[in-house]
Amino acid sequence: MRLTINGETREVDVEPDMPLLWVLREEFGLTGTKYGCGVAQCGACTVHIDGYAERSCQARIGDLEGTEITTIEGLGNPTALHAVQAAWIEHQVAQCGYCQSGQIMQAASLLSETPNPTDEDIDFAMSGNLCRCGTYPRIRAAVHSAAAAMGG
Amino acid sequence: MGRLKTYTRRAFLVGSVAVAGGVAFGAYLVARTPENPNLADLGEGEASFNPWVRIDANGVTLITPHADIGQGAASMQAALLAEELDLNWGEFRTEFGRPAPAYWNTAMADEAAPVMPWDNGFGARAMRASMDSMLKVLGLQGTGGSTSVPDSFVKLREAGAMARETLKLAASGRTGVAVADLGTEGGAVVLPDGTRLPYTDLAAEAAALDPVEGTPLRDPSEWRLVGQPMPRLDIIAKSTGTQAYGLDIDLPDMARASVRMNPRKGGDLNGFDASAAEGMPGVEQIIEITGGVAVIASNTWYAMQALDAIDYDWGPAPYPAEQADHWAALEGGINDETLDSEWLNEGDVEAAITDDAALSAEYRAPYVAHQPLEPLNAVVLVGEDGVQVWTGHQVPRFLQQQVAAITDHDADQVTLHNQYSGGSFGHRLEFEYIKQATEIAMHLRGRPVKLTYSREEDFAQDFPRQITFARCNGAVEDGRVTAFDIQIAAPSVLGSQMGRMGMSAPGPDNQLPAGVWQQPYAFENTRVRTYAVPDLSPVSSWRSVGASVGGFLAESYFDELINAAGADPLEERLRLCTLDDVSRRTLEAVGEMANWGEALPQGTGRGVAMVHSFGVPCAQIVEVTDVAGAIRLDRVWVAADVGRVVDPVNFENIVQGGVIWGLGHAINSEITYADGMAEQTNYHAAEGMRMYQAPEIIVRGLENGAVRGIGEPPVPPAAPALANAIFAATGTRLREMPFWNHIDFV
Repeated sequence: MRLTINGETREVDVEPDMPLLWVLREEFGLTGTKYGCGVAQCGACTVHIDGYAERSCQARIGDLEGTEITTIEGLGNPTALHAVQAAWIEHQVAQCGYCQSGQIMQAASLLSETPNPTDEDIDFAMSGNLCRCGTYPRIRAAVHSAAAAMGG
Repeated sequence: MGRLKTYTRRAFLVGSVAVAGGVAFGAYLVARTPENPNLADLGEGEASFNPWVRIDANGVTLITPHADIGQGAASMQAALLAEELDLNWGEFRTEFGRPAPAYWNTAMADEAAPVMPWDNGFGARAMRASMDSMLKVLGLQGTGGSTSVPDSFVKLREAGAMARETLKLAASGRTGVAVADLGTEGGAVVLPDGTRLPYTDLAAEAAALDPVEGTPLRDPSEWRLVGQPMPRLDIIAKSTGTQAYGLDIDLPDMARASVRMNPRKGGDLNGFDASAAEGMPGVEQIIEITGGVAVIASNTWYAMQALDAIDYDWGPAPYPAEQADHWAALEGGINDETLDSEWLNEGDVEAAITDDAALSAEYRAPYVAHQPLEPLNAVVLVGEDGVQVWTGHQVPRFLQQQVAAITDHDADQVTLHNQYSGGSFGHRLEFEYIKQATEIAMHLRGRPVKLTYSREEDFAQDFPRQITFARCNGAVEDGRVTAFDIQIAAPSVLGSQMGRMGMSAPGPDNQLPAGVWQQPYAFENTRVRTYAVPDLSPVSSWRSVGASVGGFLAESYFDELINAAGADPLEERLRLCTLDDVSRRTLEAVGEMANWGEALPQGTGRGVAMVHSFGVPCAQIVEVTDVAGAIRLDRVWVAADVGRVVDPVNFENIVQGGVIWGLGHAINSEITYADGMAEQTNYHAAEGMRMYQAPEIIVRGLENGAVRGIGEPPVPPAAPALANAIFAATGTRLREMPFWNHIDFV
């Protein structure tokens, strides 16, 4: 199968029902996308498929040819941060940090659709992303900061 | 102060703890300073002055042996070292180091010894000193009990000062300038003329000197780092997906495995039929391990799919199969036979409670799973000369022993590469998954294997928080609470955990009354008795351990009594809070923050609770509103006294997270058993809090008491403050968690 990940075309030979999550992590070594629950309950595996936040544990690899996939590694990196990542650093959001790739991908998707979200918009968009450490107050503040930085 | 408890059955025997694999106690070991583990493989031109600082030509490495499970321990430890060593923030590397006796945790003794945390009388101090010696012998390099800060606070600054002064001595030897005329700044010794000699350049000469000891620590007014906000060292990595956790370890030729263990935890595997799994895509090997089956495959997902295709014949659970039987065992467990200890008996409770039925109440707290977001995992490589393990773990020395017992090596031949953990909450104090990974690796000698639990496996195998049942009674008179009597029945966490490590608990379990007997209230008549109920589910330390339940019991029932007396919940707490001034000031602070007593809208109510746990008084006021029969969480005010706030930003984050942990699980989380198996299989059934429910949380750190940690203390007051707020708003008294079984939430 041929996939487009972070703008790069990549080939993989696995069963078509393998979830994108496991292809990213173990076939391509893109470990920024995390395994948390496998059943779309935690959001740790969130990536963008054609610009929208999706749970990669629920996306069958066989259905993804011709799509554009973006992972946390493609959103930005330590030397070229995305505005959402910069806001996450400014607000010192992470504790264990394991959910934060998914939180950031979800927040970036929210801001591309709703540039200036209210607290209610944020709660609605982000409540599928579980943070066991309880960093929600900082996530909320960071989303508002990112919105302001992006001119929302 | 006359409040030391009496033991009813067993004496507390200091030094009686046996270590798996042998006993090596003795005064010689206690007196001897553990060796510096950094010296073992020090290279040419490298210097290590003590177990925490290593310098070579490439830079300074700070060893931060306390595991980082999300609480920011690596940054905290580095800050204390860098403060005295005069390093600029971030201009160094950190490593978790290798497991070593030198990293024994001096602060765990404080929490383990059953004396009041504010009792510094002779008996209390003697007890703590004895415990400290015991831990030194055990080499307990533990992370837990909110001890990382108190263990590190003086020790690591002393280590930084020792390294600094030794580097100055080396500079003096090279230049002839007296040490007194040398300064240090930004990782260099500075000569009077401004010339900078980088530490890296002095390392080889300093290595030849005896380390300089006994340098006085700087006054807090001179601190550059401690007390200031510092960007966490891991914050960029954790915001860009580049932080590697145990689950992200990838080694050449590494095998990938997953397991299915008997969901009746600890039960046998009678047999299995793997014919449907053989030949499935990616499957390389199917092997039986103790109590379950492992599949090795080219991709972890293939291994998980194959495990689903196997038929298993599981043996029975070594505990009651049905949930109702667990509750029955607890209710029947309050009797003289199972009495573990009478921790307090002041005044005359029986005479003071004249009407036995009037104010009696029963409280219940369920089993609750840990479920950090990173599932349990470990990479193990068994070689001829030793074993290597890559995982995130809180007690490295015990991990070495557990692995060595399986592979038939010496414990010191087991090397742990400790990893950043995607949360723990006590889960990574356990060893089952590491033992299973080791068993699998024994089949693949010479090849590393990574074991990954599915989330369902993690739920099924989680040794949860202890289930608890309590009978409470009390009395009120003239608007005051005059008697508080409680009996607490639960499985012993200490007994369960130590049993799995091949040890017996050294006396009554001090976690059974935690959050209750350490409350700083001077009731005229009070009694606290605990009952260790055997043969229930295996249980394990869950963020704040005993106090996570005890705080709910004590502060909810106390609130009932206050209401019965017609007193104000904050005023009556303050009236009775005479045993500890630090606690009293914490209560006063939270009342002031919330403007307690101000008029509230119809349907809105506030509850207050304070729990003294891990040496920290933490007081919270929760405000809720009844929205057409459903409870909405509005705001929480928190005051906690940790003596010193090392980093105010991280402090606030950890406190907010602890409150959310306490509230979320009180509302919606429990583990119940049917046919011996946990009925909750994934986060949909036990999720804790999500963002839509998270209230505004206002935090104040106080610095009046001893230096303590903040990882756990914010948890215990959250549940009772919420229950008390719901009572204030609705008149409904919640005596059983999770609350959503009894009331609706928005």
